[in-house]
Amino acid sequence: MLLNRFLALLSTRNKEFLRDRSSLGWNILMPVLIVAGFAFAFSGDLGNQFKVGVLNQHTATAESQRFLELRHIDFYPVDTITSALSKVQRHQVDMLFDAEKQQYWINTESPAGYMVEKVLLGVASQGFEKQSVSGKQIRYIDWVIPGILSMNMMFSALFGVGFVIVRYRKNGMLKRLKATPITAFEYLSAQIVSRMMLIMVVTAFVFYGTNFFVDFVMNGSHLSLFLIFALGALSMISLGLVIAARMTSEETAGGLLNLFSWPMMFFSGVWFSLEGAAPAMQAIAEVFPLTHVTAAARAIMIDGASLLEVGYHILVLLAQSIVFLALGSWYFKWD
Amino acid sequence: MSDTLLEINNLVKHYPSVKAVNGIDISLNAGICFGLLGPNGAGKTTTVEILEGILSPTSGDILYKGQPLGDQFRKEAGIMFQSTALQDYITVAETLKMFARFYTRNADLDELIQRCNLTDYLHQDNRELSGGQRQRLLLAIALVNDPDIIFLDEPTTGLDPQARRNFWELINDIKAEGKTIILTTHYMDEAYTLCDEIAIMDHGKIIAEGTPKDLLAKHFNDVVLQLPESVMNGFDLSAFTAHSRHGHVEITTCDVDEVISVLIKNNISLAQLQIRSRTLDDLFLELTGKELRA
Repeated sequence: MLLNRFLALLSTRNKEFLRDRSSLGWNILMPVLIVAGFAFAFSGDLGNQFKVGVLNQHTATAESQRFLELRHIDFYPVDTITSALSKVQRHQVDMLFDAEKQQYWINTESPAGYMVEKVLLGVASQGFEKQSVSGKQIRYIDWVIPGILSMNMMFSALFGVGFVIVRYRKNGMLKRLKATPITAFEYLSAQIVSRMMLIMVVTAFVFYGTNFFVDFVMNGSHLSLFLIFALGALSMISLGLVIAARMTSEETAGGLLNLFSWPMMFFSGVWFSLEGAAPAMQAIAEVFPLTHVTAAARAIMIDGASLLEVGYHILVLLAQSIVFLALGSWYFKWD
Repeated sequence: MSDTLLEINNLVKHYPSVKAVNGIDISLNAGICFGLLGPNGAGKTTTVEILEGILSPTSGDILYKGQPLGDQFRKEAGIMFQSTALQDYITVAETLKMFARFYTRNADLDELIQRCNLTDYLHQDNRELSGGQRQRLLLAIALVNDPDIIFLDEPTTGLDPQARRNFWELINDIKAEGKTIILTTHYMDEAYTLCDEIAIMDHGKIIAEGTPKDLLAKHFNDVVLQLPESVMNGFDLSAFTAHSRHGHVEITTCDVDEVISVLIKNNISLAQLQIRSRTLDDLFLELTGKELRA
């Protein structure tokens, strides 16, 4: 009987969402529009400046200094060779240059890397050791797509569950359900499962649809990515449940949902890397589920990471889901 | 074996700033229609919501079939709230099926649809229903589990007279099946027509209880003569028990002949004279000092 009641709620909620064309359309259209916008914005040749990561800039030799004084090349300091090298491999940086040891790394498949090397050898030809790396170019669009998919999921999870529950509480629908044998557990489970199903279908649709047009990088397992997105959806839906657990005003709920979603959108590494960000910002970002979904999805899609390699993010998302679910169910009120 | 279906003992509900329900006792036999009446703020909605299991009382006992309210009650109770939103984008048929799946015991859905006159709207979105159609659907939802006890909270508020009459017929059908009904209403004619017993609440207490006829007989032995104020020509009514109401003068008397002869002697036109028995409206006004439909 519990299953029958659960399925009745689930199927009705699914129908309600699927028939609400404007909401469904917006859920699908928004990420596609964002991706299309970025693809268009970054499709032109905007690389009119070469980018070189510099190790040991403060202890540069005189020969290296001549290279570093050149104009129209963006030299920026790097601390560790590992992360900088992966950027060279992905064509995000044209060259990694060790100013003290007079070593440089370029991607053999990068025309920009070839050009910067010629410039380096032109101004300082003596005693530079060349190291080669290779790797397919990672465009900004490739880098930003995992974040956009996660962000879309976040909005759908928070507003699709949180806002709907507050609306039903306000208009008396929840009160009516309370007068039936339905339990809070059955009701909330149906809401969670319904939204997860819809999020996963919409995300898959957006993923494959966008890939058809943009052809972004996907080096990891689709199944791993599916599991990360499912866990991320669960975590963010649960957060929506906590926010909506007792609220009766749609206006307040909307404000509170925005209070959670906007900082997450900007400070979870969706649009720019958190590397080098202020420690306080990094600490705050660590609390957001969106940070962990984005980081894990990006690692899987770009680096081909396994579930074990993103294990930390999985653990955090799992812990957050359990805490949010427990809190949301305990705090939930029908009316 | 006792026929008592619902027993309420010393029910109290206090909020920080108000004593909404202040110690009421009700005993309901199976198969009756019980009307709970009262002015706004009397505590009737709070009382009914406690009986429905929606609110918890501050103190007091509620026994359904001799047991505290619990799973059995939720399975066997049908509830029609005064205002319930229905899910958007869902049809009448889907709504009924969803509610039916919440219960182990179900009424025959086809029969229910016919009885509540929903056949023509089955595939209509809930958002597109008129007031009357919507109330009939809410009643059908309340009946979907073939309940033993049915709560109807102001079921005809906002309906036109024709729709109200149709709704009364439906409720009479349900009564005829031996179901127990608890009805709250603002309409005295509705209470008089449908209820076997009524209780009038004010300030969180029951101030009168009984069958409508017994209550009227107990409180009144007179009739009311009504005349438009415009025909009175400033006639001094101080010799009678009289007052103005809705543009009419109402004279309350046990001796109709005497009043009429005085009016004739004073050349008051009786062309528009109406004589009526006392109604629940009068009783309500007398007991609470308030007009119910204010």
